[in-house]
Amino acid sequence: MYPETIAKEGVAILRFVVQRLAQSLIVILIVTLITFFLVNLAPGGPSAVMRIEATQAEREAILARMGLDKPVAVRYVQWLAGAVTGNLGTSLATSQPVVKRIAERFPFTALLTLCTMIVSVTAGIVLGVVSAVHRNSLLDYAAGFLSVVGLSVPAFWLGIMLILLFSVNLHWLPSSGIAAGGNGFDLADRVSHLIMPVLVLSTTTLPNIVRFTRSAMLEVIFQDFVRTARAKGVSGLGVIYRHALRNALIPVVSMIGVMVPRLMGGAVITEAVFGWPGMGQLVVESANGRDYPLAMGVTVVVTIIVVLTNLLVDVVYSRIDPRIRMT
Amino acid sequence: MTQSIETAFEVLSEGQLEIVRPGGEGYGPIPGGSTRRGVLARLGKNKLAFVSLCFLILLHLIVFAGPLFWRVPPESMNPAVALSGWSLTHPLGVDDLGRDELSRMLYGGRVTLAVGFASMAFSVILGVIIGTSAAFFGGVTDVLLMRLTDAMMAIPNLFFVLVALTVLGKSPLMVVLVIGFSSWMQVARVVYGETLKWKAYEFVEASVATGASPFRTLVRHILPQTYPSVIVSATLGIAWSILTESAISYLGLGIQPPTPSWGNMLQNAQQYVWTAPMLAVLPGMGVTLVVLAYNFLGDGLRDALDSRY
Repeated sequence: MYPETIAKEGVAILRFVVQRLAQSLIVILIVTLITFFLVNLAPGGPSAVMRIEATQAEREAILARMGLDKPVAVRYVQWLAGAVTGNLGTSLATSQPVVKRIAERFPFTALLTLCTMIVSVTAGIVLGVVSAVHRNSLLDYAAGFLSVVGLSVPAFWLGIMLILLFSVNLHWLPSSGIAAGGNGFDLADRVSHLIMPVLVLSTTTLPNIVRFTRSAMLEVIFQDFVRTARAKGVSGLGVIYRHALRNALIPVVSMIGVMVPRLMGGAVITEAVFGWPGMGQLVVESANGRDYPLAMGVTVVVTIIVVLTNLLVDVVYSRIDPRIRMT
Repeated sequence: MTQSIETAFEVLSEGQLEIVRPGGEGYGPIPGGSTRRGVLARLGKNKLAFVSLCFLILLHLIVFAGPLFWRVPPESMNPAVALSGWSLTHPLGVDDLGRDELSRMLYGGRVTLAVGFASMAFSVILGVIIGTSAAFFGGVTDVLLMRLTDAMMAIPNLFFVLVALTVLGKSPLMVVLVIGFSSWMQVARVVYGETLKWKAYEFVEASVATGASPFRTLVRHILPQTYPSVIVSATLGIAWSILTESAISYLGLGIQPPTPSWGNMLQNAQQYVWTAPMLAVLPGMGVTLVVLAYNFLGDGLRDALDSRY
């Protein structure tokens, strides 16, 4: 490639990234607006946590301490200014900074969702390819049927059923937590605690990946270059893996962006069933305890994670598929 | 392996060779087209969808008419028999507070199905209004509404629902409104695309040319074109609403006891899973079967309503 072509392409990529980044920032801004005003304007909002028997002076003191004596628009700007510098307020329940409480829980949710992502992408692609190659076979129908079943089973109920089977009846796997009490890091123990949560969380994403890979594969299998490869004498498996799959995988990358919000939502339920101390548990705790700054903080942080992953996926996608670049 | 290429060409019943769409169905008009009879005929041929439809009708009959025949009130407690298994007086057993499980399944089913349907209705109405307005009016409306859609799609559903229910209260009506408000984006996107597409057609231009108001053009000429997609989205939306309701009720933040729903019946079931596993199995089975049926029906409707191939 000529140097100027490379330079031109570099500028184009940069422009694309900046454009998408700006869009992402707008989306994040709207999300903060929605959550902030939902929490602060609703009748059951922050001021409702006060005891009814509090005197007028006490009331005003509490309002002033929580900053609730100012108009809501001013509070939003203050909150936003704090958020930009990494200050999301103070948790009402523990008086710790919200950011600190989220940071404590983040690694557990990250571990759970990353493992689930790896499992469901690997299994999903394999099942999708096999279904497409053996189209209309018993295996294809079974995979298709199970995909719908997977999307229909309530995750928490599946979790309870798995606990009933593997913990209560078979005593194979621990029913909750991240590790058995005891000192030191035991890998086998950690893995055994991860198996059921990952399995349950996979049902929210795996079916989509199977369906999507299958249809992407079917689009490609019928194209001319695959037929040419066959005509040239490339073996059956070679055609599938070297020619068809490589092209079918491109749209599958875009699925990862769609999966992230689902994974995060699914994590709320999975963490509740298995007592997994992640951000999903944190939002349930904050909702039960009416800890508004925390609830708002977790929601905004999770959304930012979703938006940034989508941005990353888009950029990667534009790199591997030149056809959709810079539109 | 070579089989997949060969099946790209399939001999149709008429005898001519036609390229088969990846996925199986052939191009070209199909019997019945987009007429109501044609759609119903195609739906009837899809065994999964047909069985699902029959199952759903039967289940609604049982759940809504059942309490007329099984007159044990769902809230009457009899701690003496708590957690006992099935018997003649309690065919499905008794829960931890000694309440009849059959009666609770019937009344809980009413709540779950009704909340699912109402949430879907609210989200479809919102989605249609937002999607069509954005596409039809364009400009600033379009930008604002579609950015709002993007933002709502980025918030993981359950986080939004939990926070909203905490501040707005947990009455059944609020549960319906919040679930509806958390799930209109898919419909809005679909309707947005359809409206943009149909807006460019001559019959819409003709409507404008004959002096019809924008509102009339939108409601009488463009909206009806989007019905097939909306019906499919609505059917799948019920499945989604029921799943969401059962999840938040399981977390204790949805439908509040003593009103039973299949979701909140599972709330306590987890701690009695050792002694009375049926309490955990039954409501979950109910949710799974209903959602499964709605999903199969939705998929079937999508195929049946699509008369393009």
